[in-house]
Amino acid sequence: MTALAEGVAGAGGVAPDTPVRSGRRGGGAWRFAVLGLLGLYFLIPIAASFWFTVRDRRDGGVTAEFYTGIPGADGFAEAFTRSLILAALTVLLALALMIPTVVLVDLRLPRLRTAVELLTLMPLVVPPIALVVGVRSVLSWAPDYFLGTPLADAFFAIQEPDLPWILVFAYVVLALPFVYRALDAGVHGADLRTLTEAARNLGASWPRVLVSVVLPVLRTSVLNAAFLTLALVLGEFTFANILGFETFPTWILRISGSAPQLSVAVSVLSLLVTWLLLLMISALDRRRGTEETA
Amino acid sequence: MTAASPRTAAAAPDTRPGVPIRIEGLTRRYGSVVALDGLDLDIAGGEFLALLGPSGCGKTTALRAIAGFDRPDAGRVLLGDRDVTGVPANKRDAGMVFQAYSLFPNLTVAENVAFGLRVRRRDRAEQRTRAAELLELVGLADRGDRYPHQLSGGQQQRVALARALAVAPKVLLLDEPLSALDAQVRVQLREEIRRIQLELGITTVFVTHDQAEALSVADRVGVMRAGRLEQVAGPDELYERPATAFVAEFVGTMNRLPATLSAGAVELLGVRRPVAGSAPAGAVEALVRPEALVVTAGGPAHVVTRTFSGAVTRLLVALPDGTEVRADLASADSQHLTAGTAVSVVPAERPVLVVPAEPA
Repeated sequence: MTALAEGVAGAGGVAPDTPVRSGRRGGGAWRFAVLGLLGLYFLIPIAASFWFTVRDRRDGGVTAEFYTGIPGADGFAEAFTRSLILAALTVLLALALMIPTVVLVDLRLPRLRTAVELLTLMPLVVPPIALVVGVRSVLSWAPDYFLGTPLADAFFAIQEPDLPWILVFAYVVLALPFVYRALDAGVHGADLRTLTEAARNLGASWPRVLVSVVLPVLRTSVLNAAFLTLALVLGEFTFANILGFETFPTWILRISGSAPQLSVAVSVLSLLVTWLLLLMISALDRRRGTEETA
Repeated sequence: MTAASPRTAAAAPDTRPGVPIRIEGLTRRYGSVVALDGLDLDIAGGEFLALLGPSGCGKTTALRAIAGFDRPDAGRVLLGDRDVTGVPANKRDAGMVFQAYSLFPNLTVAENVAFGLRVRRRDRAEQRTRAAELLELVGLADRGDRYPHQLSGGQQQRVALARALAVAPKVLLLDEPLSALDAQVRVQLREEIRRIQLELGITTVFVTHDQAEALSVADRVGVMRAGRLEQVAGPDELYERPATAFVAEFVGTMNRLPATLSAGAVELLGVRRPVAGSAPAGAVEALVRPEALVVTAGGPAHVVTRTFSGAVTRLLVALPDGTEVRADLASADSQHLTAGTAVSVVPAERPVLVVPAEPA
């Protein structure tokens, strides 16, 4: 900065900023130190895993055989596809349940907000292991108790190993805290009441209001909720393992004994896929932002 | 202050006959709060009616009952011959402009204006033509492809007006559409709303707490208080002959002065004047507009402050007993009446409105 510019800046009232900024610079050093340590904390295990999967033990070189072997690995395709389908169903069901709920609470029943908030917190308060043990007892008891009624058939149907709906239901419950919070933030950032009334006034039916006005306004929140749910389901182990279904995480555990490198390679890959999804969602969001300001 | 334009202007060649609005015995309670207390109101086709009142007087509730956002506990709302009391908001054909910015943020300006037509499944060409037409009407023809957040507040409200009018609603409802805007934009836009309303001849209800706004654009003004109408009248009548003390004080500035009533005349500031309004003889309160006070140099009172505002200057005058009154004078005649000047104050020679004295 030239002397003149400095003088002008001082006259313009920018000067008081300078000591603050130098203070920030001191804080910046700390921030980088903390960030660096945190980065190492995360990066070292990932890097170690990666090295473990590409090291060729026979001739000491580098190999990609464990990665190329993933698609053909025994049971991988079924387990991964199943997890993706479970995730998609969970996302759809959780959103179908929570979007109308959050909108209704915001527009019509603001007094219920605290109650709904507490209710959606329950899955975080009750440990998953307690939930799954309860679910397992019901699943083993109910078919006998309801034997001969359609309810018994229903209980068998939701435990179909190819597509265990019971996991979808359980995962919806587990996802509630995240889905509710993401949607609630979106609802609070927008004047939904005025927007829905404007749409109603222009002749829109309630379903139309939901699709044409509420969903676009909540788009970012819906994407966030969907992503969090997806990540949760793709990584969920306790329920699937204890209820005895094979999903992506339980498959990784199963093969880890016989093919340790393969199982770690899959884990590294799933990490990358999750990151990719995250980047995609934020890119989608950013594109929308630039479209609007263009 | 511009008086309401003559109603003959509503008969321009491209008008369609406005639809009358009738409100009968409308009652709405929120818990123990009575927002509407048996409200009756007739609005003629093509009329521009302003509902004026302090916050909580029920004016917005009345408007929302017409729009269908609020179910009344009792009473009926009729648009033309049609009883719409039980009709949902999306089937009422009542265009509304809201106080808060209400444009859909994900749609362009043109898409916002065409929203009602899209909902009605009109073909795309018609949607485009109509949106362009309406944007032209509100003076934003070149902003169709912008997004709402790229517009100023005044522009957003213009688009909201265009959007409400695009579906050719039977009536237009305005819920304090100007209150979030700057003073200058507010005056400009209210005149434009009036111009468009006259051009289309659409029956319009305009809710506001700003009396200048109500008086300047409306054919008639309804002053509300505690869920009831105190008075419905043209701006001039409302100002000159307020029916109640509440109306008198809410509309314009009013001096309240102690006075004595006897034999059909009122004694006030040492002079006798004919009386308007009614009150039992004896001690009363006289309501006198600032422009109905005559201030002359020399006397027992003195000027406290002098506020120049163009053609008119307002004096705050302290009477000998300490009461302060406001008086408006032509600026040219009051240059010598600076703060501290000894003056005398008398009411102009015209009937004085009196109300029963209220215990202090």
